[in-house]
Amino acid sequence: MFDDLRDLYQEVILDHGRKPRNFRRLEEADRTARGDNPMCGDRLELFLKLAPDGSIADAAFQGRGCAISTASASLMTETVKGKSAAEAHALSDRFRALAMTGTCPECGAELAEEMERLQPLSGVHEFPSRVKCATLAWHTLNAALDGAKEASSE
Amino acid sequence: MTFDVERIRRDFPILQQAIRGKPLVFLDSGASAQKPRAVIEAMVRCMEERYANVHRGAYFLSEAATEAYEAARGAVAGFINAADPREVIFTANSTAAINLVAHSWGRGVLRPGQAVLISEMEHHANMVPWQMLRDEGRGIELRVARVTEAGELDLDDVAARLADGKVGLVAVTHMSNVLGTVTPAERLVRMAHEAGARILFDGSQAAVHRRVDMQALGADFYVFTGHKLYGPTGIGVLWARLEHQERMPPFLGGGDMISLVTLDRVEWAPPPAKFEAGTPPIVEAVGLHAAIDYVSAIGMPAVEAHERRLVDHAMRRLSDIEGLGLLGRAQDRGGVFAFSLDNAHAHDLATLLDRAGIAVRAGRHCAEPLHARFGVESGTVRASFGLYTTEGEIDYLAEALTKAREFFA
Repeated sequence: MFDDLRDLYQEVILDHGRKPRNFRRLEEADRTARGDNPMCGDRLELFLKLAPDGSIADAAFQGRGCAISTASASLMTETVKGKSAAEAHALSDRFRALAMTGTCPECGAELAEEMERLQPLSGVHEFPSRVKCATLAWHTLNAALDGAKEASSE
Repeated sequence: MTFDVERIRRDFPILQQAIRGKPLVFLDSGASAQKPRAVIEAMVRCMEERYANVHRGAYFLSEAATEAYEAARGAVAGFINAADPREVIFTANSTAAINLVAHSWGRGVLRPGQAVLISEMEHHANMVPWQMLRDEGRGIELRVARVTEAGELDLDDVAARLADGKVGLVAVTHMSNVLGTVTPAERLVRMAHEAGARILFDGSQAAVHRRVDMQALGADFYVFTGHKLYGPTGIGVLWARLEHQERMPPFLGGGDMISLVTLDRVEWAPPPAKFEAGTPPIVEAVGLHAAIDYVSAIGMPAVEAHERRLVDHAMRRLSDIEGLGLLGRAQDRGGVFAFSLDNAHAHDLATLLDRAGIAVRAGRHCAEPLHARFGVESGTVRASFGLYTTEGEIDYLAEALTKAREFFA
């Protein structure tokens, strides 16, 4: 009945949805931000620990959400670790393009490996009502990097 | 007339199509119902043959449109057994009707030190307008009656909150849009009136599912909306006793709601025109009239009996599904079921069901405090029935839910 939904719910997404990585509070986080999707009630809190050079030393999150939003946050925390703020912003822009269109023609060789890891979420572009689930964590990342406290994917 | 659901389904053009290659199983009538051909055709005919602005022109078309608009008012009055058609005020929807009462009666008649009593199971439409009134610094308190674990209104709690006589208005749902619970309306009217309060019912769901009778009920205000009653969007109804309308200041000012305007003073038109400023929803009123004629020809008792069968069937089928948690198990309930699955988020579930051609709503259904009350902040999936819903569709939903649970296992 749902076989064709395996494109959206790839095993990697179901796995990260069930067992999100970096799902914890980061005590002594340098940056935190809350992301809210008031339409569906998804909510997450993102924690970033910064290295002396300003790069992301550690990233973690807590919250509640659907499989897509949880998997997206989980994969995000894995891929942004060790990235500079500029790289994390670039990744965020590219991911949002991927979620909305399914491709990222602007994406060059740079960050290609990270984008490859996020590829399983590209199927969401076929589900307009679900794109926001995938992008919530990334909006929250931008807010945290910019020093804002809250992000909304409305 | 016997209730023939297959014949009824043929009256709804939208149900004849496939969605994603599967027959449409529309289980979101609680949000907005589909429209029978009779409604669509009546609105088209109005625009093609009988359209002009109402209450203004001394020419044939305007007179015909005015007659049709006022005939719709009469049809609504008949449908809810109002004592007088003037008790029927047309609004944009239920939300607009409740806001009208909150603005006009709430600000013009309620006094500082008085309270409004709502319940935990209100739709935001019957919650936020009262929160806004409370927060204006007029000294009006807002009280909230509890809902029991079974999803019924806690009548002891209602009585306790009415006890000091300070409640000026009870504003409660007649049927929950999440739990399906039908509230004991007659008893609530008695309780409110004995405590010196007026009472408003949000009948957005109830008016669709059973016969409501204003003269028998004896409430003060009753609201419902056209688009859930198989009519068009853009038209709702506020039923209000004339004695209340007389005391209420207008809400919106403009044309059609005045009897005299000079640069220095204004005199209000008599009810209900006083509350219908501006060009009203004329085509929509004609559509609502057709919808009322349509459901009345089937008969509300037959609609109710059909729904009772669907509710019993759904209770059995949904109870069989492992890991399914149903919100509310009220004794008296209508065809609205909100539930969660133990291993699937509501939005993931709705996406899967959509793939199977099943339209349901996911989220908190404009009732966030109620979802918090039941500890399901992340939302539920809601299946809601209409007069075209079949037992076969409920079986198909149950089958899809079982498979969805396997999908996420």
